[in-house]
Amino acid sequence: MPAMTLTEKILAKHAKTDFVEPGQNIWIDVDILMTHDVCGPGTIGVFKKHFGKAAKVWDPKKIVIIPDHYIFTADKMANRNVDVLREFSKEQNLPYYYDVGTESYKGVCHIALPEEGHTRPGEVLLGTDSHTCTAGAFGEFATGIGNTDAGFVMGTGNLWLKVPPTMRFIFEGTLPPYLMAKDLILAVIGDIGCDGATYKAMEFDGPGVFALNMEERMTLCNMVIEAGGKNGVIAPDKVTLDFIDSKNKHKVPYTPVYTDPGAKFIYEKVYDISKLQPVVAKPHSPDNKAFVSEVKGTKLDRAYIGSCTGGKMTDFRAAAKIMHGHTVKIDTFVVPATTEVARGLKSEKMHGKTLEQIFLDAGAKMGEASCAACLGGPSDTFGRLNQAIRCISTTNRNFPGRMGHKEAEVFLASPLTVAASAITGMITDPREYLA
Amino acid sequence: MSKIPNEITGKVYVLGDNVDTDQIIPAEYLTFNPAIPEEYKQFGKYALSSVPPAQSGLPKGNIPFHTDDEFVSPYTFIVAGKNFGCGSSREHAPVALDAAGIKVVIAEFYARIFFRNSVNGGYLVPFECSERLCDKVCTGDELKLDVLNCKLHNLTTKEIYPLNPLGEIAPILNAGGIFAYAKQVGMLKS
Ligand code: SF4
Repeated sequence: MPAMTLTEKILAKHAKTDFVEPGQNIWIDVDILMTHDVCGPGTIGVFKKHFGKAAKVWDPKKIVIIPDHYIFTADKMANRNVDVLREFSKEQNLPYYYDVGTESYKGVCHIALPEEGHTRPGEVLLGTDSHTCTAGAFGEFATGIGNTDAGFVMGTGNLWLKVPPTMRFIFEGTLPPYLMAKDLILAVIGDIGCDGATYKAMEFDGPGVFALNMEERMTLCNMVIEAGGKNGVIAPDKVTLDFIDSKNKHKVPYTPVYTDPGAKFIYEKVYDISKLQPVVAKPHSPDNKAFVSEVKGTKLDRAYIGSCTGGKMTDFRAAAKIMHGHTVKIDTFVVPATTEVARGLKSEKMHGKTLEQIFLDAGAKMGEASCAACLGGPSDTFGRLNQAIRCISTTNRNFPGRMGHKEAEVFLASPLTVAASAITGMITDPREYLA
Repeated sequence: MSKIPNEITGKVYVLGDNVDTDQIIPAEYLTFNPAIPEEYKQFGKYALSSVPPAQSGLPKGNIPFHTDDEFVSPYTFIVAGKNFGCGSSREHAPVALDAAGIKVVIAEFYARIFFRNSVNGGYLVPFECSERLCDKVCTGDELKLDVLNCKLHNLTTKEIYPLNPLGEIAPILNAGGIFAYAKQVGMLKS
């Protein structure tokens, strides 16, 4: 049989065939379907319209519903949408519904999925959110779909997909302490453009990738959609398997899959990551790359640290390392992605202080676990850019209007760069604050 | 029976490159549920409301898609540049254009999820054109699309442009979306 890439092998297996090739349209079996408060009500509507009011979902254990987008708001419609999810989960007896206002509430779905043991190597995960690609970090095929597709999956457990060709990005060398996975992926997106991977899989490989922890690998895969990628993927290694086994409380069996020797890649690029500098994406596109050295000194009004891209423990450790003992000069918003991360900020210590205390002492404002201002949201959303101001953010998108006001300017950067910039009120190289 | 008419005529609204889903339908309006007909209409009202004014209605710009209190625009076509519909997976984006009266989008190429959602939901027909039509067609021009022959006539300038054939998505569009198509190919019981 001809050699296949990791992505092709997972898809072949889920199409119950030995071989698939790029460009082929196939029907696949889905392992997990995820939805949230923004797309869940529409998905449920599609499901009921086509399968009937009394229809049952294809497998309650394979549907995961995580409200996360518009949670801490007085907006009636937003709250109504969570009610729709709650009723549906009750009606269908869904075991994996993480309800708002309860102990089980999680926050940002892409971080909640692995925390709760819903990501496994070799599986197919589809979600009604473009950043579902984050889970490729666990060696699975994960991609975003719309309500209609999700409604179809909800009733059948199947979907048609086109097999994408795979691009490979090889990271050689050691990551210097002033760089993070965010710098790597911003560099890649800047190089190939925000349509550079349209319809393609992006596989990350090389010692520089396997030296990263799981959260950093998730950051890499999270932003493949910003290059138009269908999915991002990293082969599972010991780090992956140890993580998965520590979370797999439901003891679901899984089989890791690896790229065959000799598999064909449509594109290949090698980076020596030891030579890279801190990177930002300037307004208004994630591929508008600049090195921090080229834009340093740019005046800012606000800093934001949060989201599925930049709101994990690794991100806050990095930000706290820089902010410790300093005061922020601009409004700085800190939003943990999930309640588990929020608890981590209250318990993990650095220099004898909790991370949360470091942020509060620096003058930052702490928000509750959710998507918050990453996508703007209702006008009372924590951290939302309600005016045409300039913000530096650890999030993933800076299209016009993304964080609120359509004339606001957003620079995307690593948590290290955002923290350093918060202290000075202008874009700042984190090396100035790393001893 | 074909769900796409053989001929579509109407006015065109022209946009540039990388028009992302936040510009097509800003996140603050995603609280409406497209599965409820009354709320579906609302998306038409806010369609394209986050496109920066200078990029709205090219080549001149500063031409609003519709007035603030209208639910439907006077346009039938959108012509855009590269990577139309990039960004989030929100199906609210093709829904918003459909609700605003858009039947056809013609772009150089699309972001994957927007394209899929347009086809599988049966909201609009996403044609591609190898030529950069957004530099040739002006907002307000009257267009006639010959669907079968993939030819776009600009009735205002008398120019004719060939579009790329719909290819593998034609059967899904003709069926009226993924549910009808899946029934045709036996993946879903009727
Ligand atoms: S944090 Fe931002 S990018 Fe991530 S799921 Fe929420 S809105 Fe989307």
